[in-house]
Amino acid sequence: MTIKSEPFVVNVGPQHPSTHGVFRLRLTLDGEKIIDADMIMGYLHRSMEKLAEERTYTQNIPFTDRTDYLAAMTGNLAYVIAVEKLMNIEVPERAQFLRTIMAELQRIASHSMAIGIFANDCGAWQTPVMHMFRDREKILDLFEMACGARLTLNYMRIGGVSRDIPDEWMPQAHKLLKELPKRFAEYEDLLLSNEIIIARSRGVGVLTPEQAIAYSVSGPMLRGSGVAWDIRKADPYAAYDKLDFEIAVGTNGDCYDRFVIRLAELRQSLYMLEQALDMMPSGPVHQRLGTSTVQPGTQPIAPLAFRPPVGEAYGRIESPRGELGYYIVSDGGPSPFRFHIRSPSFINLTPLKLMAIGSTVADAIVILGSVDIVVGEVDR
Amino acid sequence: MFLLADNVWLDALLRMTIVAVLVPVGVILLTWVERKVIGRLQQRLGPMHVGPFGLLQGIADTIKLMTKEDVRPDSADRPTFELAVFVIVVPVFMAAVAIPFTADIFVRNMALGLFYFLAVSSLGIVGFVMAGWGSDNKYALLGGVRAGAQLISYEIPLILSAVAVAMLGQSLSLYTLVELQDNTPFIAYQPLAFVIFIIAGLAELYRQPFDIPVAESEVVGGPTVEYSGIRWSMFQMAEFVSLVLISALASLLFLGGWVWPFGADNATWLQVVLMVVKTSAFILFFMWMRVSVPRLRIDQLMALCWQILLPFAFLQIIINGLVLVYDWPSWTLTILSGAAAIAMGAIIYRVARRSGVLYQTSGAAEQVGLVL
Amino acid sequence: MTSEVFNVYIAVLIATIFGFVLVGSALIGNLILSPRQKSPHKGVTYECGMLPIGRSRAQVHFRYYLFAILFLIFDIEAVFLFPWAVSFVELGEQAFYEMLVFIGILAFGLLYAWKKGVLNWR
Repeated sequence: MTIKSEPFVVNVGPQHPSTHGVFRLRLTLDGEKIIDADMIMGYLHRSMEKLAEERTYTQNIPFTDRTDYLAAMTGNLAYVIAVEKLMNIEVPERAQFLRTIMAELQRIASHSMAIGIFANDCGAWQTPVMHMFRDREKILDLFEMACGARLTLNYMRIGGVSRDIPDEWMPQAHKLLKELPKRFAEYEDLLLSNEIIIARSRGVGVLTPEQAIAYSVSGPMLRGSGVAWDIRKADPYAAYDKLDFEIAVGTNGDCYDRFVIRLAELRQSLYMLEQALDMMPSGPVHQRLGTSTVQPGTQPIAPLAFRPPVGEAYGRIESPRGELGYYIVSDGGPSPFRFHIRSPSFINLTPLKLMAIGSTVADAIVILGSVDIVVGEVDR
Repeated sequence: MFLLADNVWLDALLRMTIVAVLVPVGVILLTWVERKVIGRLQQRLGPMHVGPFGLLQGIADTIKLMTKEDVRPDSADRPTFELAVFVIVVPVFMAAVAIPFTADIFVRNMALGLFYFLAVSSLGIVGFVMAGWGSDNKYALLGGVRAGAQLISYEIPLILSAVAVAMLGQSLSLYTLVELQDNTPFIAYQPLAFVIFIIAGLAELYRQPFDIPVAESEVVGGPTVEYSGIRWSMFQMAEFVSLVLISALASLLFLGGWVWPFGADNATWLQVVLMVVKTSAFILFFMWMRVSVPRLRIDQLMALCWQILLPFAFLQIIINGLVLVYDWPSWTLTILSGAAAIAMGAIIYRVARRSGVLYQTSGAAEQVGLVL
Repeated sequence: MTSEVFNVYIAVLIATIFGFVLVGSALIGNLILSPRQKSPHKGVTYECGMLPIGRSRAQVHFRYYLFAILFLIFDIEAVFLFPWAVSFVELGEQAFYEMLVFIGILAFGLLYAWKKGVLNWR
């Protein structure tokens, strides 16, 4: 039908159940159809980049927990890698493996949540989220054993990790790895071939490979569009170069592909974890920092303050949401001169307008769900 | 007819009093049941702390809702906004008159019970549109027009599947229709009509996968978004009572109500047990559906109604007509209707998976393609 | 017979009154029990925490109206179907085919609407 009605403007967010936090989408609607979409962010802006310039390098680690609060481990990891590049620090082998294991556990936790919330946005009434939370809780238990925190972990340190895992950690991790394949099979069974999820998400929010690259999206969104780009392969960090895994890529670039990629990555993470747990070497988990460090007291690891050489460094990793990068400029002082976060949520959000215009309100919610943003990371 | 009192007015008054007492009590109990059932299905415990097994949670909630401040938007259209609650709740009460619970327990045994029920229960749609428009809220408006479109559309398959049953029983009295099922319930003759009735019933109750008018993740409760406290609980009450009524109607029309499988002249307690079991089965099914499936989009919903359910509902009517006019044996009805039901299922399945090739559900390593 | 019908609809009348009374008493109970604190922000309609943009009673898309018309047609058909459904066996073959023609015409109408794209939401 070509008859047009008067368009009207609706705020979706900041206080909306499915904007994943305080993100605001201003939609201009013609009936149910979206004719214009504006993204308004900044409701969770905490000025982290500026605050970080006033704190020492070690004191900045907790900030990285609080950007992407659903994947604190990877946030920590990207930052410490950047600082280690700046200071040319070699990290001990065991610490590298611990970092890898924690990052992959975090990926499982984060993807579980993303998949559950995506199903929620498709209209499933909390059930997938609740089931996914079972696994996430167990992973958080492992984190708690390793570092005492569950959400804002503050585990990585510049030069290693804050402490070694306790003795009971390994058996419990092995136990979890035995349980998880059953759970994943269950999710694949219930969600992957669910007719309504297919009907709702296939062909919705399509992003071609060219568009995806042009908007510089990353992570499952880029791979969903068919571009096999994964920093774990392209620019290996921690112990990823020693592990065998495959990159899941989609074909259509629609919401369904992104969702499938996340499910596939759960399996890959599991495969990596199995290898990494077997290969775990023994040894120290922290590199003593060189003469340039100022060590308070007698604590052997994790100095509170030190002065890296003048220079700049960019550390990047594959976080569950995409390329997470920390760009740090040092002027030789105890705190960074410039601290910039290249957050995948923020950049993955940019093609939302492109994907949403022409679809319906219901589709826009599904598309937003498939992008998997964390507003803490969008706004910093 | 069995009267509670000599005077018909007094009798009706007494019976309705019983209904009016049972409805809030039943709704409070049902909210508890729903929260428990959904909790268990989602690996949670549900209400635990108020009373044994959280049984008194519903009462605590009622007290909370009663003592909440009544907030109404300043810009709302006051008469529409306030009347909408009445327009939604009153038809539910009116519809309850027509449902016979057992051979003896009913408010009134109507000769046109089925017709009356369908006519009255659809009045609530007006209430939703009123609530949506009167709230002066964009989400409510979107939800209100969605409710209007969805509920009137699904009214038709619901009515047509009821017509199919009426054809089979040659009666519109629910009492007569039930008495006819003492050997075989109508579900055996009308599987297609049953499937259509359940799908349309789900849509009329706006439960998943048809909760588009009130979709929480899209329109944040739709028409009810501006209603809070006791007004909101009225919406909830109407929803739960309709849930019970639709479930009772489904068990009367298709599962033989209080007669099948023990015959027409079983004891009253057995009739009550039969009806409670059958109605609860449907209620639990609807609750199960609520947590099991995602939501359709409104265009898919309308396509399902007008392009699949409606033609197949007509097909069921034509099958019934042919079989009854030419007096074919009743098993032909079962076979024809069953075949049509399977065909409908196959079409829905095909349409849902039409676009593209389906991903395999086997391990991820097989389905991933490129490796750098 | 008249008194029987009368008897039935007395119950309907009383049910209607009960419905109003139940809702009314709940609202009055709420009026008595609830606190009242006026504030200008409470009276603003919900739009995700922002002040609403533009007017809310916007025009609704035309397609809802088309569905309403379609509904009207089929609902009236259903009204005709009910008396026919309970009597066509007695009336015999002819009544069945007459109704078949009626359904056929409406089915053609539905098909026409389908082909015209009324049933396609987009």
